Amino acid sequence: MRKSAIAVMAGLAGLGLATVAATAGVVKDDGLKPYEIVGDIAIPKPLTDKPGDPARGRKLIANRKKGNCLACHKIDQMKDYPFHGEIGPDLSDLASNMPAEEIRLRLVNPKVINPDTIMPAFYRVEGLYRVMKKFRGKPILTAQEIEDIISYLVTLKKPEQK
Amino acid sequence: MSRKVSMNGRGRKRAAVVASLLLAAGLAGYGASSAMACDACKGKYEVDGRKSGYLFATKETQSIQDDDFINPGMLWVEKGRELWTKVEGEAGKSCASCHGEPESLRGVYPVYPKYDPKTEKLINIEQRINRCRTEQMKAKPWKWESEPLLAMTTLIGYVSRGLPMNVKIDGPAKPFFEKGKEFYFKRRGQLDMACKHCHYDFAGRYIRADLLSEGRGGGAFPAYRLKWQKIGSLHRRFKGCNKQIRAEPYKPGSDEYVNLELFVKWRSRGLPVEVPAVRR
Ligand code: HEC
Ligand code: HEC
Repeated sequence: MRKSAIAVMAGLAGLGLATVAATAGVVKDDGLKPYEIVGDIAIPKPLTDKPGDPARGRKLIANRKKGNCLACHKIDQMKDYPFHGEIGPDLSDLASNMPAEEIRLRLVNPKVINPDTIMPAFYRVEGLYRVMKKFRGKPILTAQEIEDIISYLVTLKKPEQK
Repeated sequence: MSRKVSMNGRGRKRAAVVASLLLAAGLAGYGASSAMACDACKGKYEVDGRKSGYLFATKETQSIQDDDFINPGMLWVEKGRELWTKVEGEAGKSCASCHGEPESLRGVYPVYPKYDPKTEKLINIEQRINRCRTEQMKAKPWKWESEPLLAMTTLIGYVSRGLPMNVKIDGPAKPFFEKGKEFYFKRRGQLDMACKHCHYDFAGRYIRADLLSEGRGGGAFPAYRLKWQKIGSLHRRFKGCNKQIRAEPYKPGSDEYVNLELFVKWRSRGLPVEVPAVRR
């Protein structure tokens, strides 16, 4: 189902991509909190000491200026917000399929898993091109906002499996 | 497959926007035109699997484009006709002095941008119009996105309506075409996306409330956008697409956007000129 770490590494090498996170291990992106990628699939440690706040996370997922995850993903539990996109997978049962540590890498830099993905890296500032002045040097989401979103995503299960 | 636009909430919301727009413009007959949405003429908007943005617009939007009496873009065609015969500049000439009727320029729009030996780079319609102004008429060039330049460009597009887009990309145009293509595939902005991510990879799918088209746009601009409430250039659309991924846009009329224009117009080859198109 999911690409193996080896396949991903080969893909990255083949494309000649040298992204910040292409090297497994500790990533130190300019001005951001360092984090460790394990097995090219997960960031086991939370980015912050403060636990995520799921209520805030839910709002960030909908907010067009923040996560705007609904631009691309359908989440049945968030039908109170209109217009869910059809670009990425349905996240309504995400917690049954993916542990928090893998979700974390998906948000921080999904290009480690799929170099050609449309999905933005939400916690990354290096290796970008022609970023608008007012967003330069800033990640789309802060470390705490990433943790808030994860804390909501881990509650997403189809009702029958609850 | 993709959802039927006119049947869901988005469609209804758009219809309301359209209706209020038409009311605001003092135009009647919206209900009647709805029934005219041109199912039979759809075929011409798809050539060899390449689809015009028209096919990704709602029925309501299509029906505004289809009917010249309610298509607000036609106002710019009319403004263009007024300017056509207006004498300006030291040479004491108007466009009509050299070109007769605007219809004599049928066939020009589909082949621009093209290589210009004089500047040794590409020249697009807007720039060609301004060259006539400065060199033939000895008049001031019009500013990018100004009303007169939009109106004249719209008129030049309009007189080629229905003709297939047909830009040249070989010979001296080739290096510029290659640059435009590179632009389309290069990731940019804080969201780190290329044009291709939205318009090749996910055309036909919704991104939030927007149905993604194939991003060709070649025969459609200047187009009337309901969001802008006016006609706008293709370069204005490029700027919008750059800004929504938080990428520093280029200036309309810049070499980068003219090269990109050649690439998207080549992607639109064979598709009909539909100026003034109507888009959300
Ligand atoms: C512009 C589109 C886009 C945006 C915005 C986006 N995603 Fe994604 N996402 C995708 C696509 C496409 C995939 C499929 C995998 C790939 O492309 O690598 C994906 C995959 C995922 C996955 C893995 C799902 C699985 O079942 O494998 C998760 C989790 C995820 N996204 C969460 C999010 C969250 C949370 C946000 C917002 C903070 C978000 N995405 C924003 C397009 C997007
Ligand atoms: C985040 C997604 C996204 C990206 C990236 C993007 N666009 Fe778009 N584009 C849209 C949306 C949404 C629309 C409006 C609906 C449509 O026509 O697709 C649009 C419309 C267009 C149109 C008008 C099509 C028509 O016929 O009306 C053109 C042309 C276009 N884009 C070109 C580009 C180019 C060139 C780039 C890169 C510089 C680009 N787009 C990048 C989302 C995007």
